[in-house]
Amino acid sequence: MKTSLENHKIPGTIIFDGQRAIDGYALNKMCFSFNSAENRAAFLSDPDAYCRKFNLTDKQREAVKSRDVLGLLESGGHIYYLAKWGGIIGLGVQDLGAQQTGMTVEEFKAMLARGGAH
Amino acid sequence: MATIVGGIATSHIPTIGKAIGKGWCNEPEWKPFFDSYKPVHAWLEKVRPDVAVVVYNDHGLNFFLNNMPTFAVGAAARYDNSDEGWGLNVVPPFAGYPEFSWGLIESMVADEFDITSCQEMLVDHGFTVAMGLLWPKEKGPCPVRTVPISVNTVQSPLPSPARCYKLGRALGKAIEAFDEDLRVVVVGTGGLSHQLDGTRAGFVNKDFDLLCMEKIVTDPEALTDYSIPDLIRLTGAQGVEVIQWLVMRGALTGQVSKVHSRYHGVISNTSAAVMVLENSCADERHAREHVLQEHL
Repeated sequence: MKTSLENHKIPGTIIFDGQRAIDGYALNKMCFSFNSAENRAAFLSDPDAYCRKFNLTDKQREAVKSRDVLGLLESGGHIYYLAKWGGIIGLGVQDLGAQQTGMTVEEFKAMLARGGAH
Repeated sequence: MATIVGGIATSHIPTIGKAIGKGWCNEPEWKPFFDSYKPVHAWLEKVRPDVAVVVYNDHGLNFFLNNMPTFAVGAAARYDNSDEGWGLNVVPPFAGYPEFSWGLIESMVADEFDITSCQEMLVDHGFTVAMGLLWPKEKGPCPVRTVPISVNTVQSPLPSPARCYKLGRALGKAIEAFDEDLRVVVVGTGGLSHQLDGTRAGFVNKDFDLLCMEKIVTDPEALTDYSIPDLIRLTGAQGVEVIQWLVMRGALTGQVSKVHSRYHGVISNTSAAVMVLENSCADERHAREHVLQEHL
């Protein structure tokens, strides 16, 4: 599926278009379920079983296991839903940002305090 | 008839919600930020709105990808907040105003906007953080009834800046057509520049933020020339939330003057800002709509 947004490549930026919405539907649906405390507890008690219940692909399950944010985005995750998963495992948006940019969290925060990346 | 007293633009960063919940308003790190809302409170006490129409974006509390409306308008008597999954305290419900909501929906659909009406609608931090900043609980019970309007910023394609501005025009017309003596403030939440995802995470563009804050007052049509990809490039993948500011600005149908404006710099990952725009009268509306049609 070719979308008009693919004609507007923006470096370092993933556009959540129709194809990604298809690829990531199960993953995002799992993360959406984390609005419930009961579901968060169920995930923590057996993460891989919870991923299988939502029919995540092998690649997505592996990315959940290795906490690979860019891998999850590449396989269709949307950051708003992934943030709910991040919350469960103790990763806030600055932890997620640090991992994606290859910085330590301190470096990432310091970069933001200087006015962010340009 | 209802009148539009003005518009407010404000960031809705979750960390601010956390600071409100923890009562950190007078902590040294936070005091300058919260103090910058005091002129907003003074203005609200002066204009005394009865209703706030709050234009925000849902981040995965009420809407999921199974049904993703481009523009959703609340039509409930009450709006609940709920657990967003990552630890923000749940705040008490907000009063709605179904008769007014339906008046807006009928008018906007008649103006060719295909609105999704919601008789149940959970409101997330995009709505609640703004409300907590504008009407802090320390000042007593919230004095306004509310209409939440959610704009899709999740699933591309997103509505263009021009489309959002036009929605705002239809919203302003709908408010003023409502046959009740109401004072209405329109709030646009979100932004300014930020990006949470991808290797460009942490992107901020202060120059563009300041340009938006200038143009939103004097020349909002200039912002409608940008496409969504333009906005993502200039203000970050999540900075596109500024389209909600454009809905707010579009609804101000009269003479608009800036009452208050403050750019804070980065809080958490996001450029934070607040603005108050007063709307004095609707005399010019027909002339402005004529110009808008030519421009768009």
